[in-house]
Parts: sequence; structure tokens; C-alpha cells
Amino acid sequence: MTTHTYLAIAMIALVTALLRFLPALLFSRMERTPRFVIRLGQDLPKAALGMLVVYCLKDLDFTSLQGYLPATVACVLAVFSYATKKSSLFSVLLSTIAYMLIMNLFF
Amino acid sequence: MNTLKDKATFKQAFIDTLPVMSGYLIMGAGFGMVMNSYGYPPYLSTLMAVCIYAGAMQYVGANLLFTGVSLFSVALTTFIVNARHIFYGLTMLEQYKKAGKEKPYLYFGLTDETYTLLSRPLSVKNKRAYRFYVTILNHSYWIAGCTLGALLGSAFPQVRGADFALTALFVVALVQSLEFHKRNDLPALIGAGATLLSLLIFGKDNFLLPAMGVIVALLLLLPEKEAKA
Repeated sequence: MTTHTYLAIAMIALVTALLRFLPALLFSRMERTPRFVIRLGQDLPKAALGMLVVYCLKDLDFTSLQGYLPATVACVLAVFSYATKKSSLFSVLLSTIAYMLIMNLFF
Repeated sequence: MNTLKDKATFKQAFIDTLPVMSGYLIMGAGFGMVMNSYGYPPYLSTLMAVCIYAGAMQYVGANLLFTGVSLFSVALTTFIVNARHIFYGLTMLEQYKKAGKEKPYLYFGLTDETYTLLSRPLSVKNKRAYRFYVTILNHSYWIAGCTLGALLGSAFPQVRGADFALTALFVVALVQSLEFHKRNDLPALIGAGATLLSLLIFGKDNFLLPAMGVIVALLLLLPEKEAKA
């Protein structure tokens, strides 16, 4: 382990933390949070979820069945089971188990 | 109802974080094994899990450490990979305002998964304790995963596909957030649409920053919500 290893780890930790703290550092001292920040705060959660779902599925590979079928089936299952049962834990468990079964039994 | 010691709330937080536990143990163990294969001692995996606490970035980071690139490249890569975390702090500003001494830790612990669990409307009474518990539980799953993976190496039981729990968590949270109201659901569409478009144009490695720019610009152009949603 060289000093460089530790410095690099410290750098990754520092930049990551800075990104998470940045909005608080910029806006929490203000008496009133600016209007556009509040608006973003309201709309961003949904936009971020849309972004994260695409981000998670970015490695789908449409050139092989294994590359997209298990994830597609599991996602559809997650959506429909949530729409009918309204329990997020149930839907996450069900779709994850389905994904694992398809992956391990068929591919 | 504003104390950080609250058993009932802890139980609720534990149940809600179960999908994260499954995902973090598997993903963390994967990271520990990568570090192991590079010949790094287990304590380094634990150290990174404790003080960096960012999934994708730790995987990238392991590689950066190994290849020994300059600190500037390390900083720039971290910025690009983790820039989306700015969103999270921005969303939580109002909710975290009332937090006490745990506030810095709450911001530190804003991963994709913690954010997903905490940015939705909370039904628990003691929201302060709930936010703290969810953050610290998720962090401990991650530390446990990274450490176990590094210690056990390839002996860690690898169940293929268990990490899909994280994708499922985001998909379900997205569906849960829909209100079937044009104005209120538009942000979700903008988020997914802009990211997909950016992915198609810029490719897997550079699509998040342009996507974020477009998302923020479009959200600011949206008309204000009528009354309170």
C-alpha cells in the first residue's frame, strides 16, 4: 500500500461527500431557500427515479436473449404486482426471485 | 415524537430496507472480491465502504487505485460518476432542515437507495428517527458486504441475480410515485426520457452529466404546480 493509494481513497471520499453536501453548503445559510431550488426539490425525486431506472437498465443487451429477457420479465412483474398488491416489499421480493429463477434455471 | 431512540420506527426502517440489504450485501461482496483479486488487504475494502460509501464509484475506484492514475483524474472521474448525488442533497434540503446533530451524516449517506427510500412521502410518525435509521442501516449493510466479500473472497456464496433487488427497488419506487396526473407525472417522464436519449447519444460511459443538465433545464421550464400536490 503506497501513500498514493490512501490519497486516492481520500480524494474519492472527499469529492463524493462534497457532491452530497453541496446543496446544503450553498443554500442552508440562506434565510429563505430560493424558489427555483424548492421547485427542483419537489420535482427532482420523480425525475431522479426515472433517471435511476434507465441507469440500472443501461447494461441490457438486446443481441442475446439472456441480455434482456430476465430483466424485462422481472420489471413487468414488479410493475404489475405493485399495481395490484400495492406493497413495495412484496413486489421487490417477487421480481427479484423471478429474476434469479430465470437467470439460474434457463441461462 | 422527535427522538432518535424509537424501537417501533427502527423495526419499520429495518423492514423497508430489506431490499437494500439484499442488494448491498451482494454488490458490496462483489467489490470486496475485486479488491481481493487486486491483492489489496481486506481492511482497505472496509475503509472504502466506511468513508466513500458509493457503489459504482468504489468499483471504478478499485481500478483507479490499481492503475495508479493521477489524483486529478481520480477527482474528475469521481465527479462524473457521482454527479447525480447533487440531485439528492437538493431534494432533501427542506426535509433535513429540522434534523439535529445527525444532519451531516444524513447528507453523507445519501446514496441512490437511501435517497429512493427517503425522498418519497413518509408515513411513519417519527420521521427524524426513520431517516436516521434508514441511513445507518443501509450504510451498515454496505460495510458488511464489502468486508465479507474481501474476507471470504470467492468463498462468498454468490447467488446470481440477487443484486436485481436494487433495480426492482427503483422500478417499484417509480411506479409508486406516479399520481396519474399530467403535471405531476411529467418529471418522471422527463427523467427517464432525457436519460434514455442521452444514453443513446453519448453511450454508457458519459451519459449521466448531459442527462442531468437536460433534466434540470426542463424541470425549471415546467409550469408551477397548481395548489399543493
